[in-house]
Amino acid sequence: MVGITSYGGYIPLWRLPKENIAREWGQPPVPGEKAVASFDEDSITMSVAAAIDCLDGLNRDQIDALFFASTTPPYAEKQAASVVAICADLRTDMLTADYGNSLRAGTIAMRAAVDAVKAGTAKRAMVTAADMRIGTPRSTFEQNLGDGAAALLFGDTDVIAEIEGYHTISSSIIDVWRAEGETKLSSWEERFVSEEGYLKVVREAVSACLDKCGLAPKDISKAAYYASDPRRHGQMARALGLDAKAQIQDPLFGTVGCTGTAHAMMLLVATLEEAKPGDRILVANYGDGVDAYVLRVTEQIEKVRDRRGIRGHLQAKRALPDYATYMQWRDLVEVQPTANRPPMLSPSASALQRERDSILRFHGVKCRSCGTVQYPKQRICTKCRSKDDFEDVTISDKKGKVFTYSMDYIAGSTDVPLVIAIVNFDGGGRALLELTDRDINEVKIDMPVEFSLRRLYTAGGIHNYFWKAIPLRA
Amino acid sequence: MPGMKDRVAIIGMGCSKFGERWDAGRADLLVESCSEAFEDAGVGSEDIQAAWLGVQNGPISGQILAMALKLDYIPISRVENFCATGTDALRNACFAVAAGAYDLVLVAGVEKLKDSPFTGLVGGGPAMIDTGVTPPVPPPVQFALAATRYAYHYGMTIDELKRGLARISVKNHHNGAMNPKAHFQREITLEQVLNAPLVAWPLGLFDCCGVSDGSAAAIIATPELAKNFKHKDDYLLVKGIGLAIGHGEGMLEDDFGFVSFPESVRAAQVAYEEAGIKEPFKEIDHAEVHDCFSITENIIYEDLGFCPRGKGKEYVESGVFDLDGELAVNPDGGLKCFGHPIGASGIRMIYEVYLQLQGRAGPRQRKNPTIGLTHNLGGRPGSFSCAVGIFGQKN
Repeated sequence: MVGITSYGGYIPLWRLPKENIAREWGQPPVPGEKAVASFDEDSITMSVAAAIDCLDGLNRDQIDALFFASTTPPYAEKQAASVVAICADLRTDMLTADYGNSLRAGTIAMRAAVDAVKAGTAKRAMVTAADMRIGTPRSTFEQNLGDGAAALLFGDTDVIAEIEGYHTISSSIIDVWRAEGETKLSSWEERFVSEEGYLKVVREAVSACLDKCGLAPKDISKAAYYASDPRRHGQMARALGLDAKAQIQDPLFGTVGCTGTAHAMMLLVATLEEAKPGDRILVANYGDGVDAYVLRVTEQIEKVRDRRGIRGHLQAKRALPDYATYMQWRDLVEVQPTANRPPMLSPSASALQRERDSILRFHGVKCRSCGTVQYPKQRICTKCRSKDDFEDVTISDKKGKVFTYSMDYIAGSTDVPLVIAIVNFDGGGRALLELTDRDINEVKIDMPVEFSLRRLYTAGGIHNYFWKAIPLRA
Repeated sequence: MPGMKDRVAIIGMGCSKFGERWDAGRADLLVESCSEAFEDAGVGSEDIQAAWLGVQNGPISGQILAMALKLDYIPISRVENFCATGTDALRNACFAVAAGAYDLVLVAGVEKLKDSPFTGLVGGGPAMIDTGVTPPVPPPVQFALAATRYAYHYGMTIDELKRGLARISVKNHHNGAMNPKAHFQREITLEQVLNAPLVAWPLGLFDCCGVSDGSAAAIIATPELAKNFKHKDDYLLVKGIGLAIGHGEGMLEDDFGFVSFPESVRAAQVAYEEAGIKEPFKEIDHAEVHDCFSITENIIYEDLGFCPRGKGKEYVESGVFDLDGELAVNPDGGLKCFGHPIGASGIRMIYEVYLQLQGRAGPRQRKNPTIGLTHNLGGRPGSFSCAVGIFGQKN
């Protein structure tokens, strides 16, 4: 039986209280907060974080396929999945594919992953879903949208949740969309979108799915399903005949927001975190149609409890200083840099390719002669001068400590001050890294840190990805 | 190994006004410093057989020196070694003269930084990975990393450290106020330094040297030939020069402490040995050192053996490094008052030693100086180029 074998999640550290947004526009206060990706994050970086969470304790060489799902990929033409795969330190002889353009991209990719395992194309296939959608300022989108990511691993051994049922509907309705070249979402009239689109078609698909499995709504332990906002979500619960108190997985609207393509999968991860063997989970995702799944949780679920997932990321959070910071991070407003510094030059693609192990895989080396770990990869050992006698060491899932640091007030960077640290890795080696997601009053020598892939900058149309240090997330 | 001691003479020197020289390009600055050097030595440009040009940031090749002075197709090598450029240019010229390849040569250093639109110095030490992924780490941040660690390592609070560092800036401004060639010629107070805006925490504005333009030059000859020129009785002799180039130890090895710069230690060792210096604090009269930042000077005291490790603050606060102390450090005002036109700084340092040993330092004059030291450092903590020179006169 094919099913889920592991799961992971990611929520950015930062939160924007919804009342801050409402206050800007002179609107009545709105409860809750939304998760806002930092200025150095995007759908690739968030997918990498979710993937690494999903792969905690697992052998990464086992992954045969990775499907990346998003409506906000960083490139219009350049595969994101291959970047996620190399940053997650996976093999190169594997299938990578991007699924996009639809809120359903993640659950469509799930279907593809399951089919790949069934067909023998992959023994282990991963799906990552991440989105960073933007609503026009003062819109309901702005209030409702949030950023986040989820990762699911599929296989046919050690399955923690089997796929019992599936039904899909394709729909060409124009309800919510974004045209080429646009950065913000468009929407048709609200009642049309929810009545003729969302409520009608999801009900149809879920009904058909349950019928196929010979199940009734009461047989569902938890329902994890997409909605654009809390009101529609509540409406759907009633429409599906589910008990709002007992059978509905918290849809995260007040704590994270609607995370687009990632949303249904993030809710599924949250459900799995709390699920018991024997539970039946209904997953429904909407966008140009519907994907509906029924999953049955197995005994194996107990063996996969130690991921950060959704719960772990919900706990560690920090409020954005103000709405202006949100606008700056999402390029909704142009701001004057705090210092006049030279523009970032486009990185050399040939140099990036040559150094990809050090830069993207975050590999250092360990000298076979004297055991010294050094980063980045070296030809000649810094301690014993041996030549080309190393084995690779993966740093990305290690922890580290701040050895020393400074805070640059004239860097002209987005975050002011720019915190630069020499970080010593657990197990040896060190690197000079930017510290992000940080509170400057908390930075100190010996502070424990972990590593997070971020987008340093974009120049010449090339996104330059690299690792930064972040304070340990709870 | 033969070494440099007493085999090379400096028979003339010149130094431009350092500062925001909107009125001068590289050629103007070179004409200013080299003309003074020619005049001081009593030579003409036609007497120069070869030249070395130290310039870090700017056009490549030695052609700009030839073009500035209209030199007559002589060999000119452009030397670059981060902030040690100036001293390294001189070092190479010394080799040529000591080897007997030339009798009379010119060394010039120049930098034109104020045509840049940017705040602060652009660029930093060599990146560990050369694809723009290494964070932009300009010099104030690089040295601030050492400041943060220094306080931690020696059990000081940041405030305690900053007080000691401020004393260094105050000392140097006191000296620079007496120097007509300096960019900044005014005194400052401890309070001004401590209250200055932050540049790279924990370093503030007055912990950092400025961005300036300038040039300095030297005419070098064999000691035998030196007897024929203006300074026939008081020319300088090179007693020793060391140059140490780092290999990134501090960036690669996690036990590198950031409270000492091995390049300074090693370059000084070579220079001391060549010059026969056994007790630096006692035998050296004055030292021009690389105070790009106050913390740098503090660490230099310890790396050059002027005081025990961890005692930099105590020593400077006691006054021993003041202009009238046992070992005057940066009697001309240092990088703090001159700024750091990179290619010129090393030679500007030697210019002060030259004036001191010849009794021409005016209000900054030390009593009976015999040995002067220059220390010139560039790159980043963890990987530097460092040159140390020791100068005296014939006995």
